Amino acid sequence: MESFLAIGLIVGKLAVVIAILLILPIPLTWIERKIAGHIQQRLGPMRVGWHGLLQPLADGIKLLFKEDHIPVEADRFLFTLAPIIALVPPFLVFVAIPIGDSITLFGTEITLYLADMNVGLLYILAVAGIEVYGVILAGWASNSKYAVLGSLRTCAQMISYEIPMGFSVIGVVMLAQSMSLLDIVESQAGLWNIVTQPLGFFVFFVSGLAEAQRIPFDLPEAEGDLGAGYHTEYSGMRFSFFMISEYLIVVFLSALMVLLFFGGWHGIAMIPLPPVVWFLLKLSFFIWMFMWLRFTFPRYRYDQLMSIGWKVLLPLSLANILISGVFML
Amino acid sequence: MPIDYLPVFLMVGVVTFLALVILFVSRLVCPSNPYYEKNRPYECGVDPWGEASAGLFKVQYFLIAILFVIFDVETMFLFPWAVVLDEIGLFGYIEMFVFIFLLLVGFAYAWARGALEWES
Repeated sequence: MESFLAIGLIVGKLAVVIAILLILPIPLTWIERKIAGHIQQRLGPMRVGWHGLLQPLADGIKLLFKEDHIPVEADRFLFTLAPIIALVPPFLVFVAIPIGDSITLFGTEITLYLADMNVGLLYILAVAGIEVYGVILAGWASNSKYAVLGSLRTCAQMISYEIPMGFSVIGVVMLAQSMSLLDIVESQAGLWNIVTQPLGFFVFFVSGLAEAQRIPFDLPEAEGDLGAGYHTEYSGMRFSFFMISEYLIVVFLSALMVLLFFGGWHGIAMIPLPPVVWFLLKLSFFIWMFMWLRFTFPRYRYDQLMSIGWKVLLPLSLANILISGVFML
Repeated sequence: MPIDYLPVFLMVGVVTFLALVILFVSRLVCPSNPYYEKNRPYECGVDPWGEASAGLFKVQYFLIAILFVIFDVETMFLFPWAVVLDEIGLFGYIEMFVFIFLLLVGFAYAWARGALEWES
């Protein structure tokens, strides 16, 4: 009976998480376009609904009714498989991301996470790495030159920045002496990691921008020279799967920044707010930051991108491990 | 605990199923009107020439992939080391840095030979 209840609870939470994640890109696209508009001194979407609030919904319906075209020369099996491979990993990451400790609802204690893995952080890095397969398969299966070039670029970019990203969180693991995200947040109850790990956060943030393929590292979609990168040949719902996964990557990277460096759901003692509210506030701040940067920076050249990753961030993140180690001993 | 990994498998199943359902619904309502021009790969209106996935790409991408494998394995070693660093103390610290130093020698060699340069 007990275990049935536990499994029922897990299934219920899973349903809520999937529903939220599927709906989340809708408000996010609206917010992004509004931010873009106001930064560029225009209004952004205004026509559909109040201040264009229903615009993303209209876009979604349009994508659903668009022709789902597969080029004749494409590898049909891989072409259909790639968007699903790109869609699944961001959802999987959220299995390990806690948004709070636990709350009591109707007399039962409900934990605000799906799974507390003892290797949570490693799991997240590993699952996020699967994303590369979706990209390279999409580009390769399309059999179009822009798509192949775009997928090669994306692939090299993502694997290059995965290394500094992996190294930059080692300092956090050292301080918490655990890879479970709950333990990591618990270890920051007194002092947030940003104070002790500023270099680690810097490296994590920059490589996060590159992993999410956001400006200034959005070379995979450099529309000036590549068409649309690896999803040039995609249309309709398959294209929107790539878009959904892109937005969810931004969300989980922001969540990781909050959990690893900004104290998770621990707030400032002077302002009493529920822990979950604190977490969501910090999360929205970092999502906003991603969007703000998109409309503020120009794009790097590809050789600059590679030298930043290998010649600057990699030595910096190794130095961070060295320095954190010295302080630990 | 095994129950911690149950949501992972459920998530894979449910999301894949949902994606297939969405694609199926889209297939029911979307038009299908392929013709010769639309079926060809997009190349800005110029006639496509040659095979795109013929397996030709800049060798630099391959070098990056090799370097990635080396450093990614190193990350795998660093994670458990970081968890127990407090217990193994100075000895473990020095030992890990001998290991990292050896990898850095290889990295410096690759850097000096121009494996990280993109202009040719």
